[in-house]
Amino acid sequence: MMRIDNLSVSLGGKLVVERLTAALDRGRFTAIIGPNGAGKSSLMRAMAGLLSPSGGQVRLDRAAVGEMPTTERARKIGYLAQDTKPAWALTVRDLVSLGRTQRRRLFAAPDTADEAAILAAMIEADVSHLSGRAVDTLSGGELARALIARVLAGEPDWILADEPLASLDIPHRQAVLALFRKLAANGRGVVSIVHQLEAACEADDVLILSSGQLVAFGPRDEVLTATNLEAAFGMAFTIHHIDARPVILPSRP
Amino acid sequence: MRLTCLILLTACAFLLSLIAGKTWIWPVAWLSNSAEGWIFFELRLPRALLGAAIGAALGLSGAVLQGFLRNPLADPTVVGVSSSAAFGGVLAIFVGLSGLAMFASAMAAAAISILLLVFMAGRNGGPLGFILSGMVLATLAGSMTSFLVSIAPSPYATSEIIAWMMGALTDRGIPDVARALPFIAIGTLMLFTTGPSLDALTLGEDTAKSLGINTARLQWTIIGGVGLCVGASVAVSGVVGFVGLIVPHLVRSMVGERPSAILLPCALVGATLMLVADSCVRLLPGPAEIRLGIVMSALGAPFFFLLLARIRSRAA
Repeated sequence: MMRIDNLSVSLGGKLVVERLTAALDRGRFTAIIGPNGAGKSSLMRAMAGLLSPSGGQVRLDRAAVGEMPTTERARKIGYLAQDTKPAWALTVRDLVSLGRTQRRRLFAAPDTADEAAILAAMIEADVSHLSGRAVDTLSGGELARALIARVLAGEPDWILADEPLASLDIPHRQAVLALFRKLAANGRGVVSIVHQLEAACEADDVLILSSGQLVAFGPRDEVLTATNLEAAFGMAFTIHHIDARPVILPSRP
Repeated sequence: MRLTCLILLTACAFLLSLIAGKTWIWPVAWLSNSAEGWIFFELRLPRALLGAAIGAALGLSGAVLQGFLRNPLADPTVVGVSSSAAFGGVLAIFVGLSGLAMFASAMAAAAISILLLVFMAGRNGGPLGFILSGMVLATLAGSMTSFLVSIAPSPYATSEIIAWMMGALTDRGIPDVARALPFIAIGTLMLFTTGPSLDALTLGEDTAKSLGINTARLQWTIIGGVGLCVGASVAVSGVVGFVGLIVPHLVRSMVGERPSAILLPCALVGATLMLVADSCVRLLPGPAEIRLGIVMSALGAPFFFLLLARIRSRAA
């Protein structure tokens, strides 16, 4: 259980997340949505223990993430940053094996558990055929999937992904969403910032953030309402259901 | 396999450096009780040891700094340690010190520059703050050095200072080895431990932190290791540029770009480059040896342009 408790985060003196409280469960896939500048990334970085809160705290199984030993935190939480460009042209396999960093000792060669996790992660993210390619030769979508595989290779209990779908085509986007649902069904906590509302419709839970404040958090069908969306985005939406799946249409200005 | 080749290459360069010179000294004469035996023990051996150690230290420092700053144009001169150590050395010459006192003065200046660097770059400073602080330090140390040169009491002192600044291994002896090697050894060991953290930093600072890397401690280790390696190198040989810049690029084209995979090869190639360049210096005709720093820059500058051209063509 990840408890966000009255969390406030400041960046450069500006309050970007304000007194936010929510409790996220493992076994659920949570989508975070909200307009640009709502504080989504800051919230996620605080959840990953990368930003210290200016107030409140984030606790993982009772321990504050900011105070956990870094290796323990790294094993429990896998964080996928937004728009990562690798500084060096590693091979895809070397990139994915970075996900094992916190499980390896200095100078130790990868053991069989490492190898197995790396291979499984590459298969799940559909990059095993790219294994030997240098990352600077990949397309945006291929790189995005290799980076997802990097997180999976660490076998974290929690996966926090900041806009992992941004550069994916529709088939790969659906595949990653299906993967997130599967990971959640297998008992992990998956949290992802998404921009497309169709993607949010695939989640179990949705958290809506606007101007650093929580608009709504809960099961998808209760949260994705025209009222909540209008409160967050400042425009009208209509919501239809087709085969029990929500379809959200933004209004035309 | 490639590593074995590099080790053999370094060993060959080491042998070359022991043998080649104005007087060629073949292994049969090494242990003989003759003038050649004396040259071997008092001049050739210390010079080869220093060349290997300094080359390895500079190559490794360059590899670690490029990895840490995620910038292929970084090298030990950008963090200001070499210019500061050079200033310390020049100050010693200026007031008439030599030997151990001069070494200590250069090391002290390197240590002060490291403390200033940490202070200015901040505890968790990113690459930009680090590079800018380093450049400010380098400029400051450079202008203080120029100031000393401009007020040097005699033309003789001026020429001694300028000659020293250009970097050389000429006439270095066993005491120089004994002074520099311990610092270089500790610095090198510190830098070798940074491999996995540098790999993780490939994906940016946030991701590295999320992978459990303590970036603040990493910065301390790197500043300390580079300070020891480069400070001791400059204190003994003066400023020999370009090794730290060129070597990582040569190595990446051989073994790939993974930061931890290039560390040991960079140390080996750095040592090889230094030993070969120093042997060339001894073999080139002329009454006096050309300064090693000049030979290295003459090799390094064209390479640097080639490198820039390649980076620009890749970006296009």
